[in-house]
Amino acid sequence: MYGIGILKGFSVTALNMIRAPFTIEYPDRRVGLLGLAKASGMNPLVFALKRPAAAVKAALGVAKIPARLPQHSRFRGQEFVWYEERCTGCASCAKLCPLGIIRIVTDPSGRQTQEGEVYDVEVFDIDLARCMACGICVEVCPYDALHMGSGFERARYAFPNLMITVDELKRAPKRPSTWFRPQLEAKGYDPQRSGTADWKLVGRHETPTAEQLKRTWVDERTR
Amino acid sequence: MTDGFLDNAFFRNIYCNLASSGSDRCAGGGPFGDGLLPPGWEWLAFLVTAFVTVFVVVNGALMAVNLYIWGERRLLGRLQGRLGPNRWGPFGLLTPIADLIKVLSKEDIVPAAADRLVYSLAPVLLVVPVLLAFAVIPFGSSTWAANLNVGVLYLIAVLSVESFAPITAAWGSQNRYAMFGGLRAVALLVSYELPLVLSLIGVLMIAGSLSLVDIVNAQDVPFALVQPLGFLVFLIGSVAEIQRAPFDLSEAESELVGGYHTDYSGIRWGLFQAGEFMSTMVSGAIIATVFLSGWRGFDFLPSHAWFFIKFAGVLFVMTWIRATLPRLRIDQITSFAWKGLLPLAAVNLLASAVLSLIWPRPSVGELWAMAAVNVVVAAAAIYVLGQFGPKPGERPRPAVAPALGATGREGAA
Amino acid sequence: MPIRTEPVTVNIGPHHPSTHGVFRLRVTFDGEVVVDAEPVFGYLHRGTEKLAEERTYVQFVTLSDRMDYVASMTNNQGFMLAVEKLAGITPSPRGVWLRMIAAELQRIASHLVGIGFFLQDLGAFGTPLIYVMRERERILDLFEMLCGARITVSYMRPGGVFMDAPQDFWPALDTFLADMPHYVDEYERLITGNEIVLVRTKGTGKVPAETLVNASVSGPMLRAAGLDWDLRIKDPYEYYGRVKFDVPLARESDNFARYIVRIQEMRESVKIIRQCVEQIEPGPVRPKEVPFLIRPPAGDVYAHIEGPKGELGYYLVSDGTIAPYRCKVRAPSFINLTLLRDMLVGWKVADMIVTFGSIDINMGEVDR
Ligand code: SF4
Ligand code: SF4
Repeated sequence: MYGIGILKGFSVTALNMIRAPFTIEYPDRRVGLLGLAKASGMNPLVFALKRPAAAVKAALGVAKIPARLPQHSRFRGQEFVWYEERCTGCASCAKLCPLGIIRIVTDPSGRQTQEGEVYDVEVFDIDLARCMACGICVEVCPYDALHMGSGFERARYAFPNLMITVDELKRAPKRPSTWFRPQLEAKGYDPQRSGTADWKLVGRHETPTAEQLKRTWVDERTR
Repeated sequence: MTDGFLDNAFFRNIYCNLASSGSDRCAGGGPFGDGLLPPGWEWLAFLVTAFVTVFVVVNGALMAVNLYIWGERRLLGRLQGRLGPNRWGPFGLLTPIADLIKVLSKEDIVPAAADRLVYSLAPVLLVVPVLLAFAVIPFGSSTWAANLNVGVLYLIAVLSVESFAPITAAWGSQNRYAMFGGLRAVALLVSYELPLVLSLIGVLMIAGSLSLVDIVNAQDVPFALVQPLGFLVFLIGSVAEIQRAPFDLSEAESELVGGYHTDYSGIRWGLFQAGEFMSTMVSGAIIATVFLSGWRGFDFLPSHAWFFIKFAGVLFVMTWIRATLPRLRIDQITSFAWKGLLPLAAVNLLASAVLSLIWPRPSVGELWAMAAVNVVVAAAAIYVLGQFGPKPGERPRPAVAPALGATGREGAA
Repeated sequence: MPIRTEPVTVNIGPHHPSTHGVFRLRVTFDGEVVVDAEPVFGYLHRGTEKLAEERTYVQFVTLSDRMDYVASMTNNQGFMLAVEKLAGITPSPRGVWLRMIAAELQRIASHLVGIGFFLQDLGAFGTPLIYVMRERERILDLFEMLCGARITVSYMRPGGVFMDAPQDFWPALDTFLADMPHYVDEYERLITGNEIVLVRTKGTGKVPAETLVNASVSGPMLRAAGLDWDLRIKDPYEYYGRVKFDVPLARESDNFARYIVRIQEMRESVKIIRQCVEQIEPGPVRPKEVPFLIRPPAGDVYAHIEGPKGELGYYLVSDGTIAPYRCKVRAPSFINLTLLRDMLVGWKVADMIVTFGSIDINMGEVDR
């Protein structure tokens, strides 16, 4: 009862003061002169001579460099990646989404998209306002057409803007997450570093037999 | 020569430039020769200079509190392994300004049931005494707004006005959480005032004066060494008096939401925050002055620098305490004051009394001797108190008050 | 003449800094002393059990994440055990090991949060909370490697887990396991010996062991009363029979005992994970033949696990279709709360908050 334990506690906080902070700065990082020089790959002295204005700013503590969050390749981002070339419009994803927030309208006249299936997907709406990024739609997609994305910066000011439409899906940069895609992981694909992946690169995680297909995506209750 | 703001060269220059050279206060005239005002107008020069002084001190305090809030937040961040605010301005220095603008532009909500007058008075009651306290603090070897010969008494008197603020706020806002907080604050302040003042008396006996300037001048050896027990009691007591962790039970966030300022918003809330941080600064300044020999130090730095180094050191320790310790309960806090600090302060008083009888006007060597004796006394007193004093051991579950009906819903809000 | 005082009733919550979510306590105080307390639940009720009746078994995994949202992995695990029992699925060994690793990591994470908020309730200015969050972040990073999400994991599937751990998971897990005991030491240095914590928590919030048993309380609360009851030992599910660990016990059944039991359990969990990593065998993580739409035979099962907060049980009734006919969750947080009034009455305001924090509840699970 002489406060020995309290003094020990003080030593712990003091130790943590000396340690590097564990804060991850996002979306940009404040850097000093050394950090800025390191980010631009120069010796601080050379840097100060070459770009004095930036060096002064850094020394005053107002320089910043963009920072990205460290993110594993399996990260389930909300910005879905969808390959038109692979999607048959089977709507397994729509049927098995726990919240039922995917809306698909297909047109049977369509051009061929996948072996054996001749549907053209006209509407593919994913309501991100309610999506919980569970990834079940990706898990059940029998043709590996839908993938979780890797981004997460899709905040919008109004609910209707949260809807991902088929046009947006077609336009979006294709950086699929490796979640439930062992074939991508086997290739060492990392959405953060490896760049975009087209549908041929993505491949199939397995070629299912007809029997498996039936079991995987046909809901027998609705037959 | 008055013992006041004219001791400072800067303010005296202002005065002497205004007043005529024949004035008895500045014999050699101002640096720019004759005064601007004709003879007989010295009072106006005095008034103008006084206004300038007050302006500088008050605004200096208000700017310093911004800096201090930033520093404390950065430091708390580092103690907790975080970065702290670093976004707005260089190293986040403008964060308090941004906070101020936010607080100013917020809606000022007064609860319908509040007693408007009392409600609006409370934040002022917290801030004004603290600003008054800055008047007597010597920031450097000749920088002070006033050198009162009863400086310590003045400080104690002014700062105890502050204890009205929590109960006023609590009463005014008519909120039950606030009432809990206000009553706790009063219990706390009343308990800690006593050891706090007692621990100062030892210092006064050795210094032989109530003036803060004289106290600093008497510190050939810092009084923290001469009076270790007094220093300890005063440090703990002033942390309690300004109600910071671990004594922050009057605004205990996890229990009482915000304590006495639960119902305050906007700038009134901002005033409470500023007042709390300013009273921390005042406490830090008092400790630096009274126990750490104020502006005195070695010659290679100016006296102001020494003062601010000590001042910052005390504030660092206070932040460190805040980051490390959890809160005590109300009964533990009051019993700690009455059964722990008060006996220690009394022992310190006794020891100092005896020592100053032996060495009435201590020289440096005698001060060191006092320090040695007092360290032994402090260790012995703490040991004895820890061994034989009251133990905060297991507490039996208190008896439940008589039944009030099944749920006590009668008074439900 | 005795001073007459008037009791006041204060609403604590639903919005209050230390009600751990949206929980409401209607408390009557006599001065600082609690004379009556009435808990009011239901502000976070989302009807999870009813929703389960319209979801397939795999779809419900995503909802079970959201019950105890600081311990999603164990929620998944309990549900998967129930489904496997119901449908007669034999899980793949590698999947089971992975599940155990994930569940023990989750137990550490949940206890970290429990301790952090307990200290926050004690009035520490966020410091222990931020320290424990730092370590929890590392666990969540491991979860992100396993399944791409940090909180709502949806990691487990009937028969195992959805996908094998990536290559970089194992070294990361090793460094974490090497660091974690040191972190626990650090908390102990900061908290366990601290005199203020001791005087605040020792002897407060005491409950006799019989009362706990009668209220069917489980988990660390029960073990803090000296009752050796851990389902991982008493009814070894998965492969808990193949790992060796101690069950930390304390006798006092006060707030401090509950805290110290949680600290010790974190150390034990590290031991368990080490043994799992040693014993894990290569192979598929779930049997190929388990379909996405499981159609268990009609019947009912009850499966329970030792969750971080106590016995987490799932009672499932199947009518032979792809969705459960009824799903009942035995939520430990909810049942541990039943003693709340007994634990609070007679203590001071500050003790009330601390005792409430020491139960370590999660409102998502209480209200479901
Ligand atoms: S991630 Fe989950 S919630 Fe979102 S669309 Fe896919 S299945 Fe539905
Ligand atoms: S499940 Fe796959 S193939 Fe079928 S509609 Fe959805 S994205 Fe297209």
